[in-house]
Amino acid sequence: MAEPLLEVRDLKVHFPTDDGLVKAVDGLTFQVMPGETLGVVGESGSGKSVSFLTVMGLITRKQAIIEGEVIFQGQDLLQVPADEMRHIRGARISMIFQDPMTSLHPFYKVGTQIGEAIRVHQKTSKKEAQDQAVEMLRRVGISKPDERANQYPHEFSGGMRQRAMIAMALSLNPDLLIADEPTTALDVTVQAQILDLIDRLREEFNAAVVIITHDLGVVAEHCDHLQVMYAGKIVEYGTADDIYYSPHHPYAWGLLGSITRVDEAHKERLHPIKGLPPSLIFVPSGCAFHPRCPYVFDKCKVDVPELLPSDGHHAAACHLPLADKERIYAEEVAART
Amino acid sequence: MSTQVSEQPTPVTEQARTPLVRITGVKKYFPITRGIIFQKKIGNVHAVDGVDLEIYPGETVGLVGETGCGKSTLARVIMRLYDATDGTIEFDGKDITKVRGGELREIRRNMQMIFQDPFASLNPRRTVGSIISEPFRLHRTVAKSKIKPEVQELMELVGLNPEHYNRYPHEFSGGQRQRIGVARSLALRPKLIVCDEPVSALDVSIQAQILNLLEDLQEEFNLTYLFIAHDLSVVKHVSDRVAVMYLGKIVELADGVTLYENPKHPYTGALLSAVPIPDPNLAAHKRRIILEGDVPSPIDPPSGCRFHPRCPNAQFPKCQEDEPELERMTSGQLAACHFPLPDRAIMDEGAGTPSG
Repeated sequence: MAEPLLEVRDLKVHFPTDDGLVKAVDGLTFQVMPGETLGVVGESGSGKSVSFLTVMGLITRKQAIIEGEVIFQGQDLLQVPADEMRHIRGARISMIFQDPMTSLHPFYKVGTQIGEAIRVHQKTSKKEAQDQAVEMLRRVGISKPDERANQYPHEFSGGMRQRAMIAMALSLNPDLLIADEPTTALDVTVQAQILDLIDRLREEFNAAVVIITHDLGVVAEHCDHLQVMYAGKIVEYGTADDIYYSPHHPYAWGLLGSITRVDEAHKERLHPIKGLPPSLIFVPSGCAFHPRCPYVFDKCKVDVPELLPSDGHHAAACHLPLADKERIYAEEVAART
Repeated sequence: MSTQVSEQPTPVTEQARTPLVRITGVKKYFPITRGIIFQKKIGNVHAVDGVDLEIYPGETVGLVGETGCGKSTLARVIMRLYDATDGTIEFDGKDITKVRGGELREIRRNMQMIFQDPFASLNPRRTVGSIISEPFRLHRTVAKSKIKPEVQELMELVGLNPEHYNRYPHEFSGGQRQRIGVARSLALRPKLIVCDEPVSALDVSIQAQILNLLEDLQEEFNLTYLFIAHDLSVVKHVSDRVAVMYLGKIVELADGVTLYENPKHPYTGALLSAVPIPDPNLAAHKRRIILEGDVPSPIDPPSGCRFHPRCPNAQFPKCQEDEPELERMTSGQLAACHFPLPDRAIMDEGAGTPSG
């Protein structure tokens, strides 16, 4: 088996606040293989963004208590000094953010901003960087890239801004691209275009991609593996087929039951998860999901379930016996159709 | 130019013969001016350009389209938040296009709105109680002493804890704030509620809660909804009929299932093919119509069929010269297209049934 590109081991990110310790990420272990697409799914506050901001070195020990290891290409990024991290970030790992509106600087031309990213990492002249920026804009499918490079972000539509962000993120040919809710602010049509673009560029640049999202529907066509996060932990991990066709965690059932499906034959009621995500200061005892879980039993309130693989790599952190899970999920699906 | 629609797909309820809202040939143009002191009009943004639509009591009409297609403008014209440039709006059998002052206020009692952004639509300096009771104070429908119990009842109805009466919006999560917005819109027991992208700012799990809440309330109070969203799967889920808008015009009007199985307008097909399906195999069965480029400027919309520059099926010169009207298709819906899509153009025969 090939070496993983990124390996995160028992990562903990805790923020001290006046109200108490916020356990945003609490024991996270996963891998990203070269060239694969990993989907990270969870509600707001499940720690999905925080964990990858920590991987990027954008959350540091100044702001939070960080424990664990983040091994990227054989190097523990948590031990790398800040100025060295600056060479890795952008060049070898890059990130696109949710809101293309606020992640581009309104005062600078788009081409200049992409060129700046290139010039920080490579010794090139301004002219060459500008040419490279135009070339990148062309590759992400912006028409008339030479004119567009001389425009300001406000002259771009939302979808084009996100394309420009992707151009910037890929301009240095990184090995890992982290896309944090890349399409949440966009129209459905543009969303499909952007996800297709990320897919195509992943092959073209041979990069691994992490897509962070709250919507299981969005990533069905695009991910090799998926991990479902809840209250700072992974509750289920598996291939796309595992998660969509035989999910093993009641939280994943809830997420799937919440999606409005365009292919439903008649109007059905949605089956959302009851209640709200828990406070990360007072995380419920035992399984953090137990107050919202319809299948809770005594053990759930006391013991923290471990993420245990059931067959090879498909793993779920839930105390329910596997046979029960399969039965319950089959019943849930039957009740829906 | 407005298209005359004589008949529309049958509404769900049989008793509902007279529409609650009927809009005919509605246009809304926003002038573009140049100059600071001597302003000169140099053009118009054709936000809504000739729309006919009927909404029957108790039904939900979905309005779907990309950013900038005029769906929110249309909703605001119906709400009389904007004055229509042309056309008429009838509400409950009464022409309200030109109504003003006290009479307008009287009508507004029966039509309320839920906004997209639960962070921007609630005043951060006022308590939840005062936000929800604002309609009571404005319309004086409830005695002062009764306001608090009324508000608490509303809060309970939408799934908020009535004891949070004195809290401020920042103490609530996005989903709870949207519930506050729903409670406020319900306060006067309106007949029509216009929901302008009510769930697109929320997490999927919270979206489902709000959609179920809206459904329950509709049943309980016999509400009529005009539901606006850019996501066809959400619109299809809540709506009895769906109107697809493109550049200020309705291009297709059908019930949800027909729209999914047999979209006739290529734009509907493109919207449908862009909707993500949480099922990797089914998603692989789907044919994709990828739209090139962005929505053209509504300042100077394309001639003929407005969709022709982006349409994969456009045939020249017909589509460029001749504007198609909404016509009834063989599969039952109304669509404005010279060369409609064949049956089951997006979804394969076998892929139409949910596989579980």
